[in-house]
Amino acid sequence: MTTRIAVIVFPGTNCELDTVTALENLGATADLVWHKDTSLGGYDAAVLPGGFAHGDYLRPGAIARFSPIMDAIRELAETGAPVVGICNGFQVLTEAHLLPGALQKNAGLRFICRSVDLTVARSGSVLTRGTTENQKLRIPINHFEGNYTCDSATLEKIERNGQVVLRYLSNPNGSLNDIAGICNKRGNVAGIMPHPERASDRALGSDDGNVLLASLIEASTS
Amino acid sequence: MATASGASSAHEDLGMTNAEYEAVCRTLGRSPSSAELAMYSVMWSEHCSYKSSRTHLRRFPTNAPQVIMGPGENAGIVDAGDGLAVAIRMESHNHPSAIEPKQGAATGVGGIIRDILSVGARPVALLDPLFFGPLTSAHSRLIFDGVIRGISSYGNSVGVPTVGGELTFDPCYERNPLVNVVCVGVVEKNRIIHATASRPGSLAVLLGSLTGRDGIGGVSVLASAGFGDVVEDKRPSVQVGDPFEGKRLIEACLELADRGLILGLQDLGGAGLSCATCETASKGGMGMEVDVTAVPLREPGMDPMEILVSESQERMLAIVSPDRLGEVKQVCDRHEVRHSVVGRVVPPAPDAVGRLRVQVGEPGERVVDVPAASLADGAPLYDRPVAPPATARPEAGEDPDELPEPPDPGGDLLAMLQDASYVYEQYDYMLFHSTIAGPGSGAALLRLAVPGKPPTAKAIALSADSNHRLCALDPRLGARHVVAESALNVACVGAVPWALVDCLNFGNPEHPEVMWQFSETVDGITEACNALSVPVVGGNVSFYNESAGRDIDPTPVVTMLGLREVAPAAGSQPWSMREGDHLALLGNDAPQLGGSRWAVDLHGKRGGRPPSLDLEFHARLVRLTVALAIAGMGSVSYLQDVSDGGLAVALAEIALFSGVGVTANGIADNKMALFGESFSRVIVATNDIGSLQVHAEDSGVPCRIIGQAEGGRIRIGGSVDLDLEDAAHTRRSRLQGQLTA
Repeated sequence: MTTRIAVIVFPGTNCELDTVTALENLGATADLVWHKDTSLGGYDAAVLPGGFAHGDYLRPGAIARFSPIMDAIRELAETGAPVVGICNGFQVLTEAHLLPGALQKNAGLRFICRSVDLTVARSGSVLTRGTTENQKLRIPINHFEGNYTCDSATLEKIERNGQVVLRYLSNPNGSLNDIAGICNKRGNVAGIMPHPERASDRALGSDDGNVLLASLIEASTS
Repeated sequence: MATASGASSAHEDLGMTNAEYEAVCRTLGRSPSSAELAMYSVMWSEHCSYKSSRTHLRRFPTNAPQVIMGPGENAGIVDAGDGLAVAIRMESHNHPSAIEPKQGAATGVGGIIRDILSVGARPVALLDPLFFGPLTSAHSRLIFDGVIRGISSYGNSVGVPTVGGELTFDPCYERNPLVNVVCVGVVEKNRIIHATASRPGSLAVLLGSLTGRDGIGGVSVLASAGFGDVVEDKRPSVQVGDPFEGKRLIEACLELADRGLILGLQDLGGAGLSCATCETASKGGMGMEVDVTAVPLREPGMDPMEILVSESQERMLAIVSPDRLGEVKQVCDRHEVRHSVVGRVVPPAPDAVGRLRVQVGEPGERVVDVPAASLADGAPLYDRPVAPPATARPEAGEDPDELPEPPDPGGDLLAMLQDASYVYEQYDYMLFHSTIAGPGSGAALLRLAVPGKPPTAKAIALSADSNHRLCALDPRLGARHVVAESALNVACVGAVPWALVDCLNFGNPEHPEVMWQFSETVDGITEACNALSVPVVGGNVSFYNESAGRDIDPTPVVTMLGLREVAPAAGSQPWSMREGDHLALLGNDAPQLGGSRWAVDLHGKRGGRPPSLDLEFHARLVRLTVALAIAGMGSVSYLQDVSDGGLAVALAEIALFSGVGVTANGIADNKMALFGESFSRVIVATNDIGSLQVHAEDSGVPCRIIGQAEGGRIRIGGSVDLDLEDAAHTRRSRLQGQLTA
């Protein structure tokens, strides 16, 4: 039985096909699941891919958190199964309070699309279990609101708990402590701004994202 | 039937001439109603009818074995093999962007995407050639910033990557910027949809946004007239874009197409519902009955005329079979896309004329009853007077050959280096995970694939090019150079030139010298396309680019679509030369300074002799370049055509992209050798110079060694010696520095 991963599609999501392709190239079975569905029965994990769920209207993720599928996402997360948000998916997970903090507008007040250098801050999460700490990765970012922020008590807590999974080597957007991705305390819910599916084929520049997606598949299987 | 009272002045307010009004009366055998008059005024506008340009555009070569759909349709479509076809379309959104830069550019992007969507193709790439006044002007900075934000906010959110474009600054664009947009789509050949309503009884379903009062008269009042001193009062003619609505519309239409639920599809762009209904009916040889009360409105109190000509964005008209209407509704509901049956296709009248009839309610007052084809294709054609300018260039004192040798060639080189990453990094250029070489590369290279399906082994290349400096000097020769350069750009990434679309940006067509520039340009493009065996599959003409009485330089912009049979292996693209590689120059090394960037941008000398162009030779160079890009894999590490800025700029860019210095002693120390331009030249970096020379000789292309890749400096001849890091910094910070100045 291969690992079955649900890739959630909100109206306005646009990275769902790339995410499915990257996961399937690594041996998983990935299905598109519409935001109005209410069950994730039979899935080992869920990915909330990048894009502009509900047009990012009001605030990125602010409307998506009310989509019917979100209850099923919450239930899946509570079982300890992997739930991963990429870019817009990360924004949705913070709005849904499945991850602490928030993503605000980039410090330069401009959209940024380019490859950035990252370092693995914690190797234990569902996304990074195949990596080693301080491992360097080069993966694209593509966002206007990727500037991670939270109150100082939360920041101190997530740092102490080792919930920061990825950091920028050169901070592109003003994120607190160069944070590019975090996880919950248990390590099964993770959100990252970089797009690992866009670094999944060396012919297109980099396959550094595969180690993160392969970690997710492995975590979903075990 | 109600007729417009005092119509003789009403038509002038709508941008129609007296003769055109009389032609409408002749067609109808009576005076038009106010709604009819409004429809004719938009459909017969320059923007929609090409009435001044059509007689010239017929000269383009449009046939080739790969052409599936040529000009005059929603998009050009060419066969790419493997059961796939590529759709491509190019348009301008110049005047809206001049008045309201962000929404003008955003709706330009939205509109071109829907053109591609209307043939059933998934839009997979955008390119944006942009022209502004110099950023030393606050007005230009404002327009520049708005346009970039418009493209970024709409394109990124609607989910179509922006993979390329062009950025040009010149004072002639100060008050009339050019915002050209290109969209490319991929469709399975057997899924192509046509914009026709050919089955009586089928239904016209309006999909997408509510219809409001925005963009009324956009194509007539705004796009088909020049600017006077006051432009603010034209602002209500600019539409407002909603990328989220656009994204849902894309997904809904593609699913409708996938399920075979669409008989015909047409976007609502310029001239709105008028255009979509009369064109689908006219193409199908049918009539159509439309009820304006069925159109969902954004605001109350809109009269039939406003509903018919509104240019509200994010709307499509689908022709569907009545027995599949339920399924259509289901798909639209799922994607949260509004749908409303607004019309019905009816057989033509006994005299074989398909009539477009518009009613207010059912039953209700009939406000429009006209032959559909008279709206779609009946505009009068103008063969406007053509005359070369009275004063032939070059004017005295404008010849750059008379300039002294530059005291600091390295400084001149630095001044011409410009990194557009500040712009393109605000665009998502990676979506669909197909971008092998993105913006910043001479041509974009994308894997040929329908997103979500396994990619083919092939790749498509895209390059948007222009050269207003040469076109101002000699429009015909300039246009030939532009096409030649575009072909060489796609060849440098291993693609065979496969099809071309153009956007012809010109001044006021009522000026005989503008029509002369236009006619010469069409001839130039035609000659180059014939020599290079490239069909023209679509295009757009934008006239009236003038402000305060001054026409812009003739600015034809072309986009070349290239097809590469085998996508490059991992690590071989984008190009990057290696330390120790030899640098060779292929081609006709006969540069001139007339119309060069060095002469015009740095010294303000717009005259002089332009470089000549041997098209037969150029075709050979293109073929050799494609062969080197593919067969030379392994030994060849860089292929770069020499264009704006001449050899010095080309060498510097190769060094900067590769992060390796160059020493080029084989270039003379003078302005002509360093900065002179000619467009049949390619620089090759290779570690196997012997086989390159054999290849070149076999092809009858001159080849000479000019230097090698080494170290951390850009050394050209004895006069240019720049630190690579410093040059990279200067290049990278130029745009941002100008914006914050």
